[in-house]
Amino acid sequence: MPDHPQKAFPITGRWRAIGHGLAPWVVPVALLFFWQWASSAGWLPSRFLPSPRAVVKSFLDLSASGELWTHVRVSTERAFSGFAIGGVLGLVLGLLTGSFRWVETLLDTTLQMIRNIPALALIPLVILWFGIDESAKLFLVALGVFFPVYINTFHGIQSVDRGLLEMGRTYGLSGWRLYREIILPGALPSILVGVRFALGFMWVMLIVAETISARSGIGYMTMNAREFMQTDVMVVGILLYALLGKMADLLAKGMERYWLRWHPAYQTSR
Amino acid sequence: MATILNPELVAPPQSRPARGVSVLLEDVSIALGGRTVLKNFHVEIAAGEFVAIVGRSGCGKSTLLRSIIGLETPQAGRIAVGESVDRNGKPDIRIMFQDSRLLPWKRILPNVTLGLATSFIPEAKRVLDQVGLADRARDWPATLSGGQRQRVALARALVHDPALLLLDEPLGALDALTRIEMQQLIEAVWTNRGFTAVLVTHDVAEAITLADRVVLIEGGRVALDEVVNMPRPRTRGSAKFAALEEKILSRVLNVAQRNIEGRPFLETRSRDAQ
Repeated sequence: MPDHPQKAFPITGRWRAIGHGLAPWVVPVALLFFWQWASSAGWLPSRFLPSPRAVVKSFLDLSASGELWTHVRVSTERAFSGFAIGGVLGLVLGLLTGSFRWVETLLDTTLQMIRNIPALALIPLVILWFGIDESAKLFLVALGVFFPVYINTFHGIQSVDRGLLEMGRTYGLSGWRLYREIILPGALPSILVGVRFALGFMWVMLIVAETISARSGIGYMTMNAREFMQTDVMVVGILLYALLGKMADLLAKGMERYWLRWHPAYQTSR
Repeated sequence: MATILNPELVAPPQSRPARGVSVLLEDVSIALGGRTVLKNFHVEIAAGEFVAIVGRSGCGKSTLLRSIIGLETPQAGRIAVGESVDRNGKPDIRIMFQDSRLLPWKRILPNVTLGLATSFIPEAKRVLDQVGLADRARDWPATLSGGQRQRVALARALVHDPALLLLDEPLGALDALTRIEMQQLIEAVWTNRGFTAVLVTHDVAEAITLADRVVLIEGGRVALDEVVNMPRPRTRGSAKFAALEEKILSRVLNVAQRNIEGRPFLETRSRDAQ
């Protein structure tokens, strides 16, 4: 057998670790350089896509004037207000349908039917009902958030380990105590999966809602820039959505890490 | 895993405290999903006695235990458990399952004090120490081995100072060495506390090691009721032990052969869900 190719260029463990850390970034950085080069060489017209440098400059200008932060704040507030409304409704209804058979019989079929309507298909009606007001955006975000939370809460309650419930009852737990000690913690992993999905939907719905009509927020900033062909501002807006989405996901992961620290999957050490 | 049993705990005192209650099952019939599991089943268990129930898979031995604690309701007959009543005014019975059924989201100590007021924490710590796990009180159940989890489950039952402890194959999923260690622990706490114990097992040697009486169930009835008259702690090597084991096994074998030719006479140590 020939020598292993790595033997010819011995790499120490530390360098290999650094190499492994950097490797995923090679392609994005190369793309960025290519993008900048294509813009500088004039191959990529700035009314089609601005150069990375122009995007960074635009970002710095917008944040220096404070305009950017106003839009980010407004969008974030909208997103989380809608999330709070839809999430709490989904959680409460999910807990009710999961825990009480008669509530399930009464509500679940209806909710499953509504779930099959794409939320975005409701936009014409939503505009008719709420106008192009703040409440229309909250409604859309809340609607997008509601179903992932509802379905996963319902599923979580239903799939609580029956052996643990039986054990709890033989130890005299019943009613609210059985709920607090066994049912809720047992359903929590599933609920948090719902929350994570919901945080993703939250931004999608907000982007659509703000793109239709808004007088402030990242969507407004982006659509306004389109009117004036400010492609650099548009790219800043798009990147901001990506960044906020990533932060929401990190938030969800953090919640899982804290609340599910008992779970073998989240245990790093004793 | 090292044996961490307290020596004075293992050495049985001369007389046991009278904590146990008697159990009476009178002509009990239970059907599950349309199939009769127990029919006109009759057994009497004296206060403080250690009874082992053996039998083939699906003979109804788990159902019997579950009916004593009220997890199954008999269609006919009467189940009476002593006069003793626990702190909540209910019969003072605890059950250990084959799986530990610890709450994975609670650390070890809160698992032991499940259903109790915070004033029981010192007692819970003491019992955890008795089962040799005092230093794991703050750990998550997921970090414990199977044997350690069963010891926690035993501690959780003992904190309630039960008058009757039901053991539903609690050692079935453990390796051979851990089983022997757990058998010693169970015998020690039974001797010291004086509760009545009913052990369901498919291991005849385990039944003879621990029990005052071995009851064999076949076809929903008592097929054999054998008193184990040997001093404790019992050693498997003795001739008397081997003779009794042979007697019970051959009885199971005979019954099994009469029923279905060629099937194994006792279930293997698999995780059967009964």
